[in-house]
Amino acid sequence: MTVGIRLTDTMRMKTSDHDLVQAANRGDGDAFSALLSRHYDAIHGLAFRMLGSGVDADDLAQDICAVLPYKLRSFRSDANFTTWLYRIVVNAVTDRFRKQATHRRVLAGWGDFHRMQQDEAAHAQNEVAWLYRAMSSLPDDLRQTVALVLGEELTHAQAAQLLEVSEGTVSWRMSEVRKSLRAIARDEEKTL
Amino acid sequence: MTDDLDQLKAALKTATPTPDASARDKALALAQRNFDILQQATHSAHLENTPSSEQIGFFDQALRMFEHFGLRLGLYAVSGIAVLGIGIMILTPELSKKLLVYYFQSGPEPTEFMASVETTASSTENSAPVIKQAQLSESIVVQEENEQTTVHELVKLGISEDTDQTSVVPGSIEDLVSRIASGSEHSVLRIEQPMRDAGPVATSNLLSPKRAWNNQDNNAFAQLSNSAQDPLQEMEQFANGQPNTLKIVSEEPVSTFSIDVDTASYSFVRSSIMHDRLPRTDAVRVEEMINYFSYDYSNAEDENGPFSTSVAVLKTPWNQHTKLVRIGIQGETVPADDRPDLDLVFLIDTSGSMRAPDKLPLLKQSLQLLLAQLKPTDRVSIVTYAGSSGVALEPTPASDRATILTQLGALRSDGGTAGHEGLQTAYWQAEKMRGPGRVGRVILATDGDFNVGISGEEELKRYVEDKKNNGIYLSVLGFGQEYYNDGIMQALAQNGNGIAAHIDTTAEAMKVLVDQLSGTLVPIANDVKIQVEFNPTKVAEYRLIGYETRALAREDFNNDKVDAGEIGSGHTVTALYEITPVGSLAQKSDKLRYQSNADTKNSAELGFLKLRYKSPGESESQLIETPIIDGRAENSGDAKFAAAIAGFGQLLRGDTKYLGSWFYPDAIALAHSATGADQYGYRAEAVQLMKKVSAIDLTDNSFIDPSNLSRDTPMVQLGAFESARIAKSEWAWISRRFESYFEGKGPVIQRRATSGGKVFYRLRAVGFEDMDAARRFCSLLKAENIDCIRVAAR
Repeated sequence: MTVGIRLTDTMRMKTSDHDLVQAANRGDGDAFSALLSRHYDAIHGLAFRMLGSGVDADDLAQDICAVLPYKLRSFRSDANFTTWLYRIVVNAVTDRFRKQATHRRVLAGWGDFHRMQQDEAAHAQNEVAWLYRAMSSLPDDLRQTVALVLGEELTHAQAAQLLEVSEGTVSWRMSEVRKSLRAIARDEEKTL
Repeated sequence: MTDDLDQLKAALKTATPTPDASARDKALALAQRNFDILQQATHSAHLENTPSSEQIGFFDQALRMFEHFGLRLGLYAVSGIAVLGIGIMILTPELSKKLLVYYFQSGPEPTEFMASVETTASSTENSAPVIKQAQLSESIVVQEENEQTTVHELVKLGISEDTDQTSVVPGSIEDLVSRIASGSEHSVLRIEQPMRDAGPVATSNLLSPKRAWNNQDNNAFAQLSNSAQDPLQEMEQFANGQPNTLKIVSEEPVSTFSIDVDTASYSFVRSSIMHDRLPRTDAVRVEEMINYFSYDYSNAEDENGPFSTSVAVLKTPWNQHTKLVRIGIQGETVPADDRPDLDLVFLIDTSGSMRAPDKLPLLKQSLQLLLAQLKPTDRVSIVTYAGSSGVALEPTPASDRATILTQLGALRSDGGTAGHEGLQTAYWQAEKMRGPGRVGRVILATDGDFNVGISGEEELKRYVEDKKNNGIYLSVLGFGQEYYNDGIMQALAQNGNGIAAHIDTTAEAMKVLVDQLSGTLVPIANDVKIQVEFNPTKVAEYRLIGYETRALAREDFNNDKVDAGEIGSGHTVTALYEITPVGSLAQKSDKLRYQSNADTKNSAELGFLKLRYKSPGESESQLIETPIIDGRAENSGDAKFAAAIAGFGQLLRGDTKYLGSWFYPDAIALAHSATGADQYGYRAEAVQLMKKVSAIDLTDNSFIDPSNLSRDTPMVQLGAFESARIAKSEWAWISRRFESYFEGKGPVIQRRATSGGKVFYRLRAVGFEDMDAARRFCSLLKAENIDCIRVAAR
């Protein structure tokens, strides 16, 4: 039986994610805290890019944080922690989409274009309005793909692995995204 | 054109806000708190369950569980057995089939389940052509031009086809890992399969049981299938779930099975029908439908041991030339004074959605009913979960009823739902109450919007299973009509060794919390097995109705190591055989010329019933024997009702071979005539279900023959199904639900076979002006989350 060495604060600054996970799973609360502080912003960022709402991203990040202590126990040491975490975020977002579909809730986040128009009136930023328009024109799976490929700058192959689709599908989805953007551009020309 | 994407990328990055600081702090604090709770709650479990030698500990534990819980281990244990099976090769195909069935009963939707099987296939043999869920969306695209059997359909149906479908190319993850890992000094490990959830199972896990044990159930489960000769073939067997066939007494005089007191199948059937859909045929377990209802066997003369057995001969409603033999078991009701003390933790959903009168108010009433059943030495604790979870009542002896009722009355509903957290707190309370000779149980009461969220169903189930193995059980009470999460509730309760019940009226609360709860809480006999030997001079053929998943080998009857079902206090169990008397017109097989010289001494006996059971806590079984005497057919309401439900169940299974022209109207008439006192209205409800089904289970021929369609007729495909019957019922459901969209559309059912010979049925709609109209139609349906693909007739 191996006895875990308790990590001191100074050691922890340079400690790898894996070591933090291991320490956390041995019951070291500080290690857990350090690990989560390190990654919270990434969780939140990806959640925002997929959901399109800061409040929803806060919510989702909190949900993830709440279960992470338990979830962490299934982390395998030969996996990359960030990848593993991305995967949890993707799953959580998918779960949320699925639930929204079940409850037939009104679209929120990227889809809530009208709310956005009001909110953004203050900002008066065309670019933001365009972004929301673009994102809301995409179905859930395309938005997720965009968040990973453009937001996180993953390659198609990497995004494909996370989304559990083939690389070809990701490429196809991105071409659909392009088509959708072009359609918006044409529309805007018309209205100009 | 990439400019567009670049612009989107830039806008996306600019728009991403820095996380709200207070939300961040709150989330981190919550995480930390849960971390601490988890540490505390599992500390003792860790000491017990983590022996110094991991490997021996693992096998030990798995073996112990295997012996103790047999097949009904639930998913956590499934993963254990799976690994065990591969590691020491004791997994028989039969066992894995049962586990598959179990998995289905409690597991995810079939498509997910299939996907998990396929994933492992690819993990063990990367070169093998396997169908991947990953290809679904691609195949949908392909199909628009190509009329071949699509992967989409195949995956839905669980069929393997020998195509050159390539699986996701392994190795590219390496790139991802190295890229994301930059900044970390860790060396990059090669992962040879696509990622599933948090951690993929590498085949090398088989050498490291501890790790596989810790892994996701679906992965471990998939390994299990993989260990069988052909996982897909195995699955087909399960999907067909062959009904029991007619046995010829002279060839196979003995029938052996385990009892089954579950009623989950009935709930499933009911909820399907309530949603205007035919239940999947393989989800219909006739014996569970029959056993949902209680029958009065208390006047049985043969009273011995903890239950009385009753044997009777009934008329067969669907065949005047055969008879039904009914075996009824009535478990004795254990007086509260004789049962172990209970420590109950009520985990009560107090989220805003519980405000409706049929939710929290009914829940309070129901728990009051339950409280009245408790002994002074029982203890109660109340945990609520809404926006945050909290302990509303620390463990309190049931004798202090005033305190409990006050706290119960003070519960208010508001806020969101934090189910997972609540569950942890509830278990923590139960841990606190543990004591020798006491039984701990968490009773989750919710409207079903249980937020399993990110933790995922599988992990939650495993958590519950883990707690059960530590001696804390879980039962689930559902409230309200929008009971969305019925599946996970059932699964949680099964893994927690409890019931999952849906309470919509005070009467249902009476049934579940007063009558049945004591039954579920207090087992009176374990491993109850039934063996019937038929008398060949009286009975030519027999058929056991239902109990397909409970069949036992003849020799296992006397083998006390073989697990079987439990009976709880006050439970009744019913089993029906359809028998063909010798010389009956109904006899399907020819008489043999030379074999009819059997001993005719006991000519009044149709057969001989043997029953084995173990008293709780004992390992040696006891035997009860009763002859089955031929006599006048019993014609009580109970008898007729059980027969009507048996027939109804067979109709739902599509198992109509023995039913002749008997159909829903006959079932309705028979059941209606036999509802009896029906104190709580269950039987009346069953009659309503039958009426509803007769409207869904279409037999008419209003479907358009696909061969009459001219080439290039635009159509949309709504799905592919295992039988024409299911496809028809899907049409009935979908065309009514989206009536306005379906105006002027006609249904087509096209029979197809894969190259492997498996037949399936495509449901399509015609009536579109052109492909564009079909496209618009599909986008409407897709927005409603209905599968829809454009196709053109060939």
